[in-house]
Amino acid sequence: MKPPPFEYYAPTTVEEALSHLAEHGYDAKPLAGGQSLIPMMNFRLAQPSVLVDLNNIPELAYIRPDENGGALVGAMTRHKIVGHDPLIAKQVPLVHEAIPNIGTPQVRTRGTFGGSLSHADPSAELVAISVALKGRFKLRSQKGERWIPANEFFTGPFTSALEPEELLVEINLPRLPERSGWSLMEVVRRHNDFALIGVAAVVKLDKNGICEEARLVFLSAGDRPMEAHQAAELLKGQSPTAEAIQAAAEKAASADIDPGGDIHATAEFRRHLANVLSRRALDDAFKRAKGN
Amino acid sequence: MENLFNLSVTVNGTLYEREVEPRLLLSDFLRHDLGLTGTHVGCEHGVCGACTILFDNEPARSCLIFAVMAHGHEVTTVEGLGTIDSLHPLQEAFKEAHGLQCGFCTPGFLTTLVAFLKENPDPSEEEIREAISGNLCRCTGYQHIMEAVKLAAEKTKINT
Repeated sequence: MKPPPFEYYAPTTVEEALSHLAEHGYDAKPLAGGQSLIPMMNFRLAQPSVLVDLNNIPELAYIRPDENGGALVGAMTRHKIVGHDPLIAKQVPLVHEAIPNIGTPQVRTRGTFGGSLSHADPSAELVAISVALKGRFKLRSQKGERWIPANEFFTGPFTSALEPEELLVEINLPRLPERSGWSLMEVVRRHNDFALIGVAAVVKLDKNGICEEARLVFLSAGDRPMEAHQAAELLKGQSPTAEAIQAAAEKAASADIDPGGDIHATAEFRRHLANVLSRRALDDAFKRAKGN
Repeated sequence: MENLFNLSVTVNGTLYEREVEPRLLLSDFLRHDLGLTGTHVGCEHGVCGACTILFDNEPARSCLIFAVMAHGHEVTTVEGLGTIDSLHPLQEAFKEAHGLQCGFCTPGFLTTLVAFLKENPDPSEEEIREAISGNLCRCTGYQHIMEAVKLAAEKTKINT
């Protein structure tokens, strides 16, 4: 057998799952869709001695509207369900558009929204998007619950703010305000593979067409989702002209990200792609903002 | 062996009860414990798609599911699609359109596409390509597989 042995628990309520996590601490790992954890266990890169299977907890799978026109997504909601959900398509279209880029069709039937975020892979679409949308995550343990903004959740490569006894139970995806636009651009060698680099852009214009807010968040560009703060500063208060967009894209690619080099692409090539993609994504996002 | 789990799972319509280790992959359970060797194991880390089965009618990779996770669920393997004497229409189409050569990847393609055609009986070329993007074939170059899917879709249209 490929994976190392482990003790297995299949709780049917969140309470029960949290008690297993509290009891076993660092030795335990929650098992969501298993589309990242199980391959890591097959390679023995991960060897948790206790698995707490969340697949039998129906209370963790749902999509509901929040009070402000956004969505609340239960952590065990599978990608395919999110991809087909009319509320997500209407209120959080950036997520709707990103779902087909996640894994393969067979991965999306099993993989879950909360599982992908908890895995905190810096090359994952949902990780970058949740930051671009200013999403918020509800974490629960036996001691209680807390909300944490997406940009504080991701603390390093495959590392999050989750304590060992904590579970990500719900994700709040806010609806973007009026005159907002968004875009997601990626360069991928083969469809469904990990992106060489990608960027999610969210922008907001004021009544006079001046950029009020701009967020560019990159995937596969550093040890966590990389937010381009300096590029955003360049755009704020500016009319989104081709020159302003170009300047922001160049700043993002040269100063805001920290891409690595590997057999798939050099760091330099990734910066080049980041520049091109940022320009296109901003262009696209500002066009949508003008239409909204 | 410690920590055995009493697994009860329906595979191709038959209920099986077995004691298994939690770390046993569903792919190995199907092949070794049940002798259903139609499910092929390629990469064992979710890239090749050869081990795709239907888990509650949804295509999923059986190498990325522990057998214990199938407790109380329904699994369909390629053996559950058709028989030698009475092939599934999609299997017929693969045969007719030469959608396979060595056949290693075929069970994964078939299970993936049976579910796909149910959801999308009249797919475009682009949709078919997207549907099979999680399955690797090293022989056919995919063209004949595309033809087979189109043929199966057409035949189903005529028959309904």
